[in-house]
Amino acid sequence: MTHHHTAEDEQLWEGGKSPFKISYGKIMMWYFLLSDAFTFAGFLIAYGTLRVSMPTWPVPDFVFSTFPGGFHEKPLYFVTLMTFILLFSSFTMVRAVQEGHRENKNGVVFWMVLTILGGIGFLASQAWEWTTLIGAEHVSVTTNPFSAHTEHGVYLEGDGKGINEGDVFQPGDSYLIHKHDGEWHNLKYKVTEGENAGMIKQQSFGPKAFGALFFFITGFHGFHVLSGVIFLIIIAVNAATGLYVERRNGYEMVEKIGLYWHFVDLVWVFVFLVFYLI
Amino acid sequence: MGHDYEKSKKKATQIILILAAITIAEVLFALAGKGHIVEGWHVPVALMAGVMIIMSLVKAYLIVYEFMHMKYEMPSFVKSVLVPTLLLTWAIFAFFKEGDYWKMRRGLIDDKNNDREQVDKTNKQEGALFIIKEENQH
Repeated sequence: MTHHHTAEDEQLWEGGKSPFKISYGKIMMWYFLLSDAFTFAGFLIAYGTLRVSMPTWPVPDFVFSTFPGGFHEKPLYFVTLMTFILLFSSFTMVRAVQEGHRENKNGVVFWMVLTILGGIGFLASQAWEWTTLIGAEHVSVTTNPFSAHTEHGVYLEGDGKGINEGDVFQPGDSYLIHKHDGEWHNLKYKVTEGENAGMIKQQSFGPKAFGALFFFITGFHGFHVLSGVIFLIIIAVNAATGLYVERRNGYEMVEKIGLYWHFVDLVWVFVFLVFYLI
Repeated sequence: MGHDYEKSKKKATQIILILAAITIAEVLFALAGKGHIVEGWHVPVALMAGVMIIMSLVKAYLIVYEFMHMKYEMPSFVKSVLVPTLLLTWAIFAFFKEGDYWKMRRGLIDDKNNDREQVDKTNKQEGALFIIKEENQH
């Protein structure tokens, strides 16, 4: 795309029309998204900083390994499904905008309804993920029972859920401290190598910041998805009732909510990267 | 117009397939690198993180430039939105370096606490001997 300096360029900034050849509403949506990107970046950088400052961190493919229906040891399956739901809803959003460009009301509404269903599907998945973490695994903003060993050792007792007495572990091996009847059961183990060899220790809780960072960051993203779904519903209803045909502005509202919706997907790319992949 | 529509429809399908393929590649790489696919085969953390950051950036590029239409906006507008995000690269380096420093300090504090425990123990023992010696003199 070559751009020659012409008299027309000079006139771009003379007023009366958009020098960026893009509507005011879309410009403002972009700048809002830019500021929102900084908010998310601040959160994610805080997460990264705290994570690198800790000697151990819960291993994602151990923490996120449950799947609806009582499945365990399915590392990252469920979050991958969530990612695909959101990704596909981004595609249906693109289709809605394209139908808007050719003034096809029914097409706009059809693809927007699919996008809304995608958004609801994602929120439902997140609700299930949170419920499992909070209800079954007892993670909270102040307590984190997920951690990993830093030494070689052997368990002196079992938890009846996969760890047996006499099981051997290495540095980096993950564990989850279980809670029964309101009491934590930190298993005892014996260190077998290194300067602490022979010492009897108990499983310690993982870095406290993990729960708070996870719930705040994925919660903030989920809140964006929720707001997006609400606005998608409003705009789909407006489109269906023919409001935008009357306005004769080529479904600009659909384009604006489209920008927002893709941004939510964009943020998820990075949340997915730092929380689940690395 | 109709031709444009067909073309952009095809493009959108293409982009979503690429995005899906990269996502699958990311997950497979994450699982393989941590020994879930081939028993005992691991990839160094720094290499894994690097490759996955690059794949995520490609995804981000496709979402912003194609889905959000940035590729077709005026260059001056693109710059006004994207250039400010470059500030973040510095923030990332600065904070991660700081995090690394915190880790070192945590290690140092642990070591000092251990040392003090050791010193306390020996002091107690020496103190006891001293008392015994004093008692003997009387």
